[in-house]
Amino acid sequence: MKTDTHLEAPSDLDLLARMLLIRAYEEHLAELAARGPAPMVCSSQGQEASAVGLMAALQPEDEILTAHRSAGHLLARSADPARLLGELYGKASGYCGGKSGSLHISAKELGVVLTSTIVGGQLSMATGVALARKMAGRPGIVACVFGDGAATEGIFHESLNLAAVWQLPLLYVCENNQWQAFVPRRETMVGEHIAPWAERYGMAHQTVDGNDVRAVRAAAEAARAYIEATGQPYLLETWTYRQRGHYSGDNGAHIDPAERAQWQASDPIDQLAAALRARGDLDADGLQLLRQLSHEQIRLAHEEASAAPAPAAGALLTDVYA
Amino acid sequence: MQTLTQNDAISQALHEEMARDSRVLMFGEGVATTRPDLLQAFGPERVRNTPLAEAIIAGTAVGAAASGLRPVIDLLYAPFLTYAMDALVNSAGKLRYLSGGQFNFPLVVLAQTGAGWGVGAQHSHNLEAWFAHVPGLKIAFPSNSADAKGLLKAAIRDDNPVLMFLDMTLGYTPGAVSADAELITPLGRAHTQRLGRDVTLVSYGKTVATCLDAAKQLEADGVSAEVIDLRSLKPLDSRTVLSSVRKTGRVVVVHEAGPMCGIGAELIARVAEEGFEHLRAPARRLTSPDVPTPAAPNLEAAFVPSAAAVRSAALRLCEGVAVL
Repeated sequence: MKTDTHLEAPSDLDLLARMLLIRAYEEHLAELAARGPAPMVCSSQGQEASAVGLMAALQPEDEILTAHRSAGHLLARSADPARLLGELYGKASGYCGGKSGSLHISAKELGVVLTSTIVGGQLSMATGVALARKMAGRPGIVACVFGDGAATEGIFHESLNLAAVWQLPLLYVCENNQWQAFVPRRETMVGEHIAPWAERYGMAHQTVDGNDVRAVRAAAEAARAYIEATGQPYLLETWTYRQRGHYSGDNGAHIDPAERAQWQASDPIDQLAAALRARGDLDADGLQLLRQLSHEQIRLAHEEASAAPAPAAGALLTDVYA
Repeated sequence: MQTLTQNDAISQALHEEMARDSRVLMFGEGVATTRPDLLQAFGPERVRNTPLAEAIIAGTAVGAAASGLRPVIDLLYAPFLTYAMDALVNSAGKLRYLSGGQFNFPLVVLAQTGAGWGVGAQHSHNLEAWFAHVPGLKIAFPSNSADAKGLLKAAIRDDNPVLMFLDMTLGYTPGAVSADAELITPLGRAHTQRLGRDVTLVSYGKTVATCLDAAKQLEADGVSAEVIDLRSLKPLDSRTVLSSVRKTGRVVVVHEAGPMCGIGAELIARVAEEGFEHLRAPARRLTSPDVPTPAAPNLEAAFVPSAAAVRSAALRLCEGVAVL
């Protein structure tokens, strides 16, 4: 276990609480799926540190593009879990009025824009969001989050190349979670890491332990500062693991139990909790209490979302054109 | 009034709209190189060359449009749109709806197409019907320089994604164009270019002129043909077509695009659904055959519906009217 010196204890507890909320949210959805017909979701369980570390480094004026495995990004950006669940349950109270479902939730009010579930779709649009920001002289950066699967799409290379040529304020965050839908990453690329691919575009890059939330935060803060100082894009790779199957209907039976066990040992929440306990900032009861609070928050969100009305019938035909 | 080719009319529209609105910018393959006048007037921030990479050009336009800019992108030739499909179809077309109306996509895509230049099927393929099938998009296809300018200005001012197809031959065809910088051609409104009583000829793009030629020939045959230029394919102004068919009872839809699930199929379906009782003869389509655009001049000429073919189709519908 790494020892921590660079962050204040209260901040670490806050990071832990945010990760626990995401975990409770994902566990709630897994329970729903186990019980019967439930919203189709792509779980981000296991990747909480990557999401929370990144969002802790970003500023309110920054914008984020993400994809379908986005619950962690949204919750870490302070999304209301009741409005997220409302979206999943097809309610008018959802962030997109129930028209998105789980797969492409955008929340402009949180700076989470243009979410696409087409693998790599966000990479195609992030350059335009960053160009608009640069031309307007608006402060801040654009973060584009994607997986190792998207990195093997052609659009990844088109996007990095253009961002480098046009010097766009863009933080590419590749969550290398070892799985691309039903395909193990090792079958799709030579080598382990995405970050070095940035070298060929003359782009700064780093790979960080994506299950160490404090390391992710520090790396993302450094990357953000670099982008602000130089105006150049940056590729950050977070090395992490998707603990559940590709989507809620996938029981993950094809995943090697040994692989699963190895990654379970570096679970991001367990890691930070152990560090805080070793440091004397948290005890078993405190951790238990934090877990209960997270589950209670999700339970209340579930009740609120369940009680919310469905979209009006007329909503079928609205929002197509401006 | 001035005389401009369609290409020059497009340049003039770009100039006027970029001068009018500082949010308008243009990028694409060779845009800064081939439009030095725009580059000089508006600078390298707003007039940009790009890599030859249609997917990222289109995606960048979508992201920029949602973030306060009003991009115009030049993807050169319609078949190159296939590389840009995700950004145009899944993002520009759908993300307004999927997000519950959180984003607008005020962007314009330019693409040339059309037989007559011997460039073959990977530079000439009239794909407009593909995009007509996509919710959230608008489509314009001018038949002359004045409408090219007016439609482009309307497209740039529209808050939705607009694809504008430009026929390569019309690019070099001169036509009268108003110098009024505020004159626009509204999207979604067809234009009746010639009034007639006996048969309605409907077309867009280059084959509007084919229909006008055929209408002149039909006049000598004793047949009075009305010619409707659709100008926009989405929204599709079927009301103008239906009200003409109510009068004439006969309709021929003419386009260079292939027959399967094309604009002609859609229009005739609407006539069958909403104006069947007015038809005095079967509705007809004249299109290119369902083959890729050939390069050889004789094959390419045979590929596009001719005025003679339009005349002959109209005459068959007008038996008893024509004086032959």
